[in-house]
Amino acid sequence: MTEELLKVDQLVKYFPVRGSFSDQIRRKPRLNVRAVDGVSLSIAPNETLGVVGESGSGKTTLGRTVLMLERPTSGTITFRGETISNLKGEQLRQLRKRMQIVFQNPYSSLDPRARAKDIIAEPLRAFGKGRRDIDEEVGRVLAAVSLPEDSIFRFAHEFSGGQRQRIAIARALVLSPDFVVLDEPTSALDSSVQAQILNLLRKIQDELGLSFMLITHNVDVVKYMAHRIAVMYCGKLVEVGDTRSVLQSPLHPYTLLLVASVPKPDPTKKVGETSAGGEVPSAVNPPVGCRFNPRCPYAQDVCRREEPLLREVAPGRWSACHFAEELKDGSAPVTT
Amino acid sequence: MSDPTLLDVRNLTVAYRSAVKSIKALDNVSLTMGRSEIIAIVGESGSGKSTLGLSIINLLQKPPAVVDGGQIIFNGQDLIKLPERELAAIRGTGISMIFQDPLSSLDPVYTVGQQISEAIGMREKRATQHSPGPFSREDPDLKPSGGGPGRVVGVRIPRSRRRRSAYSDEVVEALKRVQIADPERVIDRYPHELSGGMAQRVMIAQAMVQRPSLLIADEPTSALDVTTQAQVLRLMREMRRDLGSSILIVTHDLAVAAQVADRILVMYAGEVVELSDVARIFEKPLHPYTEGLLKSIPRKYRDEGRLEAIPGDVPDLRSLPSGCRFHPRCKYAFDRCTAEHPELIEAQPGRKVACFLRYPA
Repeated sequence: MTEELLKVDQLVKYFPVRGSFSDQIRRKPRLNVRAVDGVSLSIAPNETLGVVGESGSGKTTLGRTVLMLERPTSGTITFRGETISNLKGEQLRQLRKRMQIVFQNPYSSLDPRARAKDIIAEPLRAFGKGRRDIDEEVGRVLAAVSLPEDSIFRFAHEFSGGQRQRIAIARALVLSPDFVVLDEPTSALDSSVQAQILNLLRKIQDELGLSFMLITHNVDVVKYMAHRIAVMYCGKLVEVGDTRSVLQSPLHPYTLLLVASVPKPDPTKKVGETSAGGEVPSAVNPPVGCRFNPRCPYAQDVCRREEPLLREVAPGRWSACHFAEELKDGSAPVTT
Repeated sequence: MSDPTLLDVRNLTVAYRSAVKSIKALDNVSLTMGRSEIIAIVGESGSGKSTLGLSIINLLQKPPAVVDGGQIIFNGQDLIKLPERELAAIRGTGISMIFQDPLSSLDPVYTVGQQISEAIGMREKRATQHSPGPFSREDPDLKPSGGGPGRVVGVRIPRSRRRRSAYSDEVVEALKRVQIADPERVIDRYPHELSGGMAQRVMIAQAMVQRPSLLIADEPTSALDVTTQAQVLRLMREMRRDLGSSILIVTHDLAVAAQVADRILVMYAGEVVELSDVARIFEKPLHPYTEGLLKSIPRKYRDEGRLEAIPGDVPDLRSLPSGCRFHPRCKYAFDRCTAEHPELIEAQPGRKVACFLRYPA
């Protein structure tokens, strides 16, 4: 990671919680949902970083904030060596050419009454491209996402889910961005279509050379797609590292739980026999110390007192656990 | 309990009708289910898997749904012919159902305790109905007005003084069994105060207290996070073990099916394409569609090559392909597949498949 395409440093995004009327007149302190709470990461050119986490972990907010679709509460975002977290107005608009997003649900992210061509061409029109450029570019991305050329005059509602997601990907690619956030790109699709879209995304990355931040709750999808993986829990990164080594030997108890909970398509390997109970805690009022401590089988006193920092435990392996070394050599005692 | 068959669905055909069109959501589907058996119905959108689950408990929206033929024999009775009043008696203690989205299937204006008590009340009521004697309400403290026992309609009692039903011990017990921490407090909560995973476990607790002989679970884990999903799947296995219930689990996820089911029924475009025990289907699927589904689950790392995806899209039930409905997407398709429709045959003992490749030569 000598040159980074995108670098995020101590990114924080809080959303204020509207208190009740009585709380307001009593001047109770304002509460915040700490959706993203001090996240640092970087993405190299041509790299796919998989961000995994459960609902409420802040992964979608992270993706949106990195793109400056949400203004960060604090922290800096650097894109191609330039700080973008303070950009406004026209400068920010120009940045949109370089960074794009594909949303989860292609049934709600595309206007059903717009023609495929208009959906894909809209970003070009927004940047004042001429008709000839538009036709050329639309043709290029249609080929890239393997949609038949004659389909461009059909309306969005006439397409199946998988085809709609191809249109959404084409729209994200049409300005030739360097970086695309994929927010649960296959979660709304049928399983037989999911594999097509995943293969398509990998092909596009190989051919066009761009970086992805793939946000998903699906560990299998990250495994197949990502070079590196970042595990998020309750607004924090708990583990970052090379996909294979993280999934094979997790250095954070939450990653261990997550990996162990994924059901395998193999009736001889049952999961859930050992899974820890509990729920993802509230992001308004997260637990003191390590946010995973109420569910953690290894929790000690220090975990309830001090918040562990994300640190490099082994080359390229980052973990935010007080006992990451013990997990690594298998000497961590189970306390519950 | 001498009859080993609990449920026997025979040649069920269900259509959705509008003024101009009729779409067959289920086409000649048959399935027999033994006692204490877990069967998973696996399919994609439009395969008819949810319609099958709903039609067994007769919860289809009619119209537009119409049962065009077939029988659903449950404990020796044909549910299709049964009048609604008798059917309502079977729902609950005979057959229970849990849905994908627990928050929209729990009643938002009653507490967890009230809803589970109601389910217990129904069970008790049914148990006493068969014995002679005057009908007595289980909980004389409560004055039901329209709702079942345990419900007080229209009166919001302050939480501290909220009256609990006579069944609160059993409710707490049921919540404990589905591993809800602090059941004494959860019993007084309203559904909107629960997380998705907790609400789904409350639904399961509600189904369990009725001790149904058949539980139909429609995508019970699809709205849940993986760590919670693992807990719910374990509960399903325990429910069979402890109560001897049969479970019909409807899912799009073969991995979920592998975790809980004894047998798997694969559906495609309204038809059964494969039925097999779980061990053999994952070892060697017989239908090309099942094979494709298994291969399209991402299991490899990025550097281990590409996934083999099934080409094309799930067919539109309004314009089905000729012959075998899967042939336009099938890599093994040959002439016969486009012309002729394959019937479900027993290809191996206990394994059925609808594919010409598996026909005896």
